[in-house]
Amino acid sequence: MDTDLQLDALRRMVRIRRFEEAAMSIVRKGQGIAGSVHICIGQEGAIVGSCLALRREDYMVGYHRSHGHPIAKGADMGPLMAELMGRATGVCRGKGGSMHLADFSVGSLGETAIVGAGIPQAVGAAYSARVRGTDQVALAFFGDGAANIGSFHEGLNLAAAWNLGVVFVCENNLYAMSTALADTMAADSIAARAAAYRMPGIEVDGQDVGAVHEAVSAAVERGRAGGGPTLVEARTYRYRDHAEYGTLDLGHRAVEELEQWRTRDPIDLLRARLLDSGVDVALLDQLDADVAAEVAAAVTFAKRSPMPAPEELYEDLWATPIEPSPRRDAVPVAGAAR
Amino acid sequence: MRTMSYRDAIRAAMLEEMRRDPAVVVFCEDARFWTMPTNGFVDEFGPDRVPIMPISEEGFTGAAIGAAMTGLRPIVDYTISNLMYVAWDQLVNHAAKNRYLFGGQTSVPIVFRAAMKYANATAAQHSDRPYPQLMNVPGLKIVVPSTPADALGLLKSAIRDDDPVVYFEPLMLWGRKGEVPDGDHLVPIGRAAVAREGSDVTVVAIGDAVPAALTVAEHLAGEGIEVEVIDPRTLVPLDTAAILDSVAKTGRLVVADPAHRTCGAAAEISARVAEEGFDSLRAPIVRVTAPDVHPPFSPVLERLMYPTPERIHAAVRAVLRNASTAATAAAAGELIGR
Ligand SMILES: Cc1ncc(C[n+]2csc(CCOP(=O)(O)OP(=O)(O)O)c2C)c(N)n1
Ligand SMILES: [Mg+2]
Repeated sequence: MDTDLQLDALRRMVRIRRFEEAAMSIVRKGQGIAGSVHICIGQEGAIVGSCLALRREDYMVGYHRSHGHPIAKGADMGPLMAELMGRATGVCRGKGGSMHLADFSVGSLGETAIVGAGIPQAVGAAYSARVRGTDQVALAFFGDGAANIGSFHEGLNLAAAWNLGVVFVCENNLYAMSTALADTMAADSIAARAAAYRMPGIEVDGQDVGAVHEAVSAAVERGRAGGGPTLVEARTYRYRDHAEYGTLDLGHRAVEELEQWRTRDPIDLLRARLLDSGVDVALLDQLDADVAAEVAAAVTFAKRSPMPAPEELYEDLWATPIEPSPRRDAVPVAGAAR
Repeated sequence: MRTMSYRDAIRAAMLEEMRRDPAVVVFCEDARFWTMPTNGFVDEFGPDRVPIMPISEEGFTGAAIGAAMTGLRPIVDYTISNLMYVAWDQLVNHAAKNRYLFGGQTSVPIVFRAAMKYANATAAQHSDRPYPQLMNVPGLKIVVPSTPADALGLLKSAIRDDDPVVYFEPLMLWGRKGEVPDGDHLVPIGRAAVAREGSDVTVVAIGDAVPAALTVAEHLAGEGIEVEVIDPRTLVPLDTAAILDSVAKTGRLVVADPAHRTCGAAAEISARVAEEGFDSLRAPIVRVTAPDVHPPFSPVLERLMYPTPERIHAAVRAVLRNASTAATAAAAGELIGR
């Protein structure tokens, strides 16, 4: 990545972090984010490195821990925050919430609360691109836990058998809820599974946004050129609990493990690299201030937005609503000729 | 008598049965997680009877079927009812059908536990009430307890039953406390409970609609209106006689069910009463259900979905007025003029 791209990556990572910190604060203060909230702080390197390898019109599918993914893909933060708050101006009009952000205007095809379910959908998007004769690729994000569900295996096999331009990006943060990957998988590499489907499988340091970008860019270019799918396993870590439960409870994770990973924070690493390469600290401070203002504006937008009106409960179910046929005038039952 | 929460009743039922019968095993993702009723089980029963589960619902449902046909009695906990959809083939095509297909040579004694997380701002992929779909599958017994005593007694009966039993838990009832008989408390599958006696109107209520209906009954008793609340507890096989007996006494029926309207439990109950109890009816039957839209994320919309005391109250009033079908539907079912 050249310096401009690095600055872009930094801006996107800081956006994600500040956005999620703002969301956490709203949850903590009981100011209007309900439901399950899964925070991706710590994993921004994998997310941004991957999305920066995509064009705007390329497709991206997220999962339950995906506030960061549409932000990295370029979505506007106001409607995302409004969605978390269940507002009418939310990117999904309040229907989806935290686990279902989607911004089709930037190629974000949505997120699923069902582990692994997005993987074959990305395969379908890449298939569609080929049938329609475009050179768009599709990228599927998912966690390590998703590597054990059938849709992962079926999705990878389909993409390889059909030689589609799909990049599968596994954010391996070592845990699925409280369960360590090592307890549910006999093998020690997810990337190694790629070989069984005859596609490249690449392990990459997820904390190094540049390394992720390089690996995913190569996969994207290959996919775009008709070279088929790639599985990228980004080793990373989540700093927060599985979901926001009120207090940080590391559960079965050791505090030392968290502290160890924090020393390789993706934002700190990139910032240090930029300073080393001679970028003026004032520029980075300005970037931080700009992002803080953007996030504050997003929160204000969300908080000032109206709640959905009751009628909206019934909206968005059908693309083509069918009007019921009108009743004929009621005929008295007794003795009536029908 | 002991006082315990619904959640602790589920835990106690599993503990009691696992201590009694070494064939009982538990398949549950994150069984050791602090929110799970199975927390601590692995310490007492060991990793063979409480194996660590990958996120592989289809796989472990199939494994449970294999184990059940060869002498074990698995409890499969999907933790969130929607996750059973991932295992639909194993559940519908195999667990429900194997005994019949194989001419009675085998049986499939599994309890499928499914916590229904609706009214909790987790959006449509985590908020279903899937029992109507499974009521359409012969070969599955289906229970929906609404009190801690029934949660305990029905779960113990389900574990001992030789057929597959799907055990639905409204998650919002988990925290409710109630009295539970001491000793080996068993509640028979297939028997309804009269949750409150009354002579003017029968309200058949399912799951968390039971406490809502009891609230309404309490309120109306102050005006001299006696509502009888029937809790079927088991939906398959349905205790039709208990419902018909009640309607024979009251002549009026309201069915309150948090599931969708079309082809739901409320529809089945209404049809049976219309077919077999028509002569007792002094007013049209009224259903209070969720409308046929998905649970939206936004809490302001989601709270319009389910049978609240206000909606049940309006329905009871309507059947007492002997209002026409159109008027009762308008009063009871249709939240906002549809
Ligand atoms: C099919 C399915 N099974 C179980 C769950 C419950 N669940 C939600 S997130 C999660 C852990 C997922 O772990 P991973 O894929 O590693 O993603 P992470 O949460 O670590 O980002 C589980 C078990 C679910 N949502 N969907
Ligand atoms: Mg994980």
